Amino acid sequence: MYRYDEFDHQFVRERTAQFADQTGRRLRGELTEDEFRPLRLMNGLYLQLHAYMLRIAIPYGTLSARQMRQLALIARKWDKGYGHFTTRQNIQFNWIKLEDAPDILAALADVEMHAIQTSGNCIRNVTTDHWAGAAADEIADPRPVGELIRQWSSLHPEFSYLPRKFKIAVTGAPHDRAAVKTHDIGLRLQHNEHGERGWEVLVGGGQGRTPAIALTVRDFLPENELIAYLEAIMRVYNLYGRRDNKYKARIKILVHEIGPDKFRQEVESEYARRPKQETQVEERELTRIAAYFSPPSFEKLSRWSVRFEEARSTDKEFAKWVRTNVAAHRVDGYAIANISLKAPGEIPGDASAEQMETVADLADRHSFGEIRISHAQNLVLPHVKRDDLYSLWQALVKAGLGTANYGLASDIIACPGLDYCALATARSIPVAQSISRKFADYERQQDIGPIKINISGCINACGHHHVGHIGILGLDKKGEEYYQITLGGASTEDSSIGSILGPGFAGADVASAIEKIVDTYLSLRKPGEEFLAAYRRVGAQPFKEALYAAA
Amino acid sequence: MNSLEKGQALTANRLRDGEVVFYTHAGAWSESIDDAVLATEPLAAKALEERGKQDEEGTLVTGAYLFDATRENGRVKAVHIRERIRTRGPSVRADLGKQAEGKGGAFGPALSGV
Repeated sequence: MYRYDEFDHQFVRERTAQFADQTGRRLRGELTEDEFRPLRLMNGLYLQLHAYMLRIAIPYGTLSARQMRQLALIARKWDKGYGHFTTRQNIQFNWIKLEDAPDILAALADVEMHAIQTSGNCIRNVTTDHWAGAAADEIADPRPVGELIRQWSSLHPEFSYLPRKFKIAVTGAPHDRAAVKTHDIGLRLQHNEHGERGWEVLVGGGQGRTPAIALTVRDFLPENELIAYLEAIMRVYNLYGRRDNKYKARIKILVHEIGPDKFRQEVESEYARRPKQETQVEERELTRIAAYFSPPSFEKLSRWSVRFEEARSTDKEFAKWVRTNVAAHRVDGYAIANISLKAPGEIPGDASAEQMETVADLADRHSFGEIRISHAQNLVLPHVKRDDLYSLWQALVKAGLGTANYGLASDIIACPGLDYCALATARSIPVAQSISRKFADYERQQDIGPIKINISGCINACGHHHVGHIGILGLDKKGEEYYQITLGGASTEDSSIGSILGPGFAGADVASAIEKIVDTYLSLRKPGEEFLAAYRRVGAQPFKEALYAAA
Repeated sequence: MNSLEKGQALTANRLRDGEVVFYTHAGAWSESIDDAVLATEPLAAKALEERGKQDEEGTLVTGAYLFDATRENGRVKAVHIRERIRTRGPSVRADLGKQAEGKGGAFGPALSGV
């Protein structure tokens, strides 16, 4: 994992000291709220419904066991004993006191963490594949590039006052688990016909009130020209991006307004103007960073683990978990263990301080001290020996973390919604809870197969409803919560935006409506056909009939 | 006297810790909606709003605003669900927030709906 150098340490410490001073001035009345608000937001401190909320960056979703323990300590000491892992691979604490915030930032700095650029019109935390460095299908670990982008974009003076916030996602694998097509910039590593590595550069994707799939601006960018090319994109955006209307300020609006050809031409001519020698700096820097991400010292193991196979054949519950939550590792004898934060009826993405500590201990014992956060709000132990999977699972079950539902109907993405969020128009969590309870049965979920149900509590779409196979959007209709359902969204390499099915539902009726949709799919699918494929084959009509015909 | 009064109450977050607070008859801020003063006519609401601005400048509170509320049998209730959740705490964690501290007002055991 990446370790801070002296410059990183210095700049995070300096920023913490600045914020302590600013907070003191605010509390003494030397700064007005209008003066202070942008300062606290630049440090990830929001004001939500019940208290201040602190959003902490987890760069490219990677945490060490030590960092996870520090998050548990923060939860216990300064919050109410839990935290919420978000769809941006970050963590949020919901009950923060302003007067404690400087101490919390200092505690984060102790473990090389911060909350810088988790808010505001800047380049936000870079997200990536939560199986990075472990996935069997990976071309290369995308995290060194994630770190390079983090260092380049942190406090970058030219890109600190963009027209609007800016999100970059990177994948090093052909199967896209990082949803790169729904980010302002998506980067996909690939090989060209000469076997060289390079980036497909996608621009203008996004969710929110105007969802869009990113367009490919460059098919193949040599690997070490990345930062220079990103700068060209940012400059075009900084120059032409709209600042007159907040809702039209994201780069997706620019790309789609001027058209892909014109946008591409602007980027390429800006890029052509740039001095080329800068790429050498990038190569050197990337090599330096990549050394921190060199693979852990894997043992030479047989692909076949007797202990694992025996446990799987004797313990049915373990076999269920293995079937859903364990994924192939690129090294023989190892596996990726996905830890669900979606036990039926629980709050998606929430983890107690005790659970964080359990996961940290298990990471130390079984996964070289490494933990990942997924954008679907689950945790991952990326490097577990197959020999150890059974004892890992037993420990997870004891901590309430052994739910076997990864990628299935009860593995629901949900934003905090109106239970916590000042922007929300309706609650998300209770809807997720009612659906996950309805689909809790393992055999039924297995029968349904892979399905993504995503819920947002407002049009800003933090719950990724646009790209859920089934998306649910909570709105306010004359003071009452109601929920719009969309079908056919996807966030992988075949990304699409879901379409609204019809009139919305009251909260109490949503779970039954989802059940009808799922039952309709079960009745019309071909053998082996997954939900999304079936929807794409038959369209919305059969689902509309099932939901609305009787009414 | 079981009359139902409609009006507006003033809420804000306490600056130093973010706690949700309500403006009271006594001109202070209380953590419980039951202590909120209800402005039943526009002039009174405007006066309340002014008090909020003053206390924002005085660094007591931040983000002060009026919300629709009713008073019945001496208990003040928020009309909109957003304010009801703010007044009680998260509907999905009855063990947290004002509702867990006996300061959640008179809304019954849980919010219905979902």
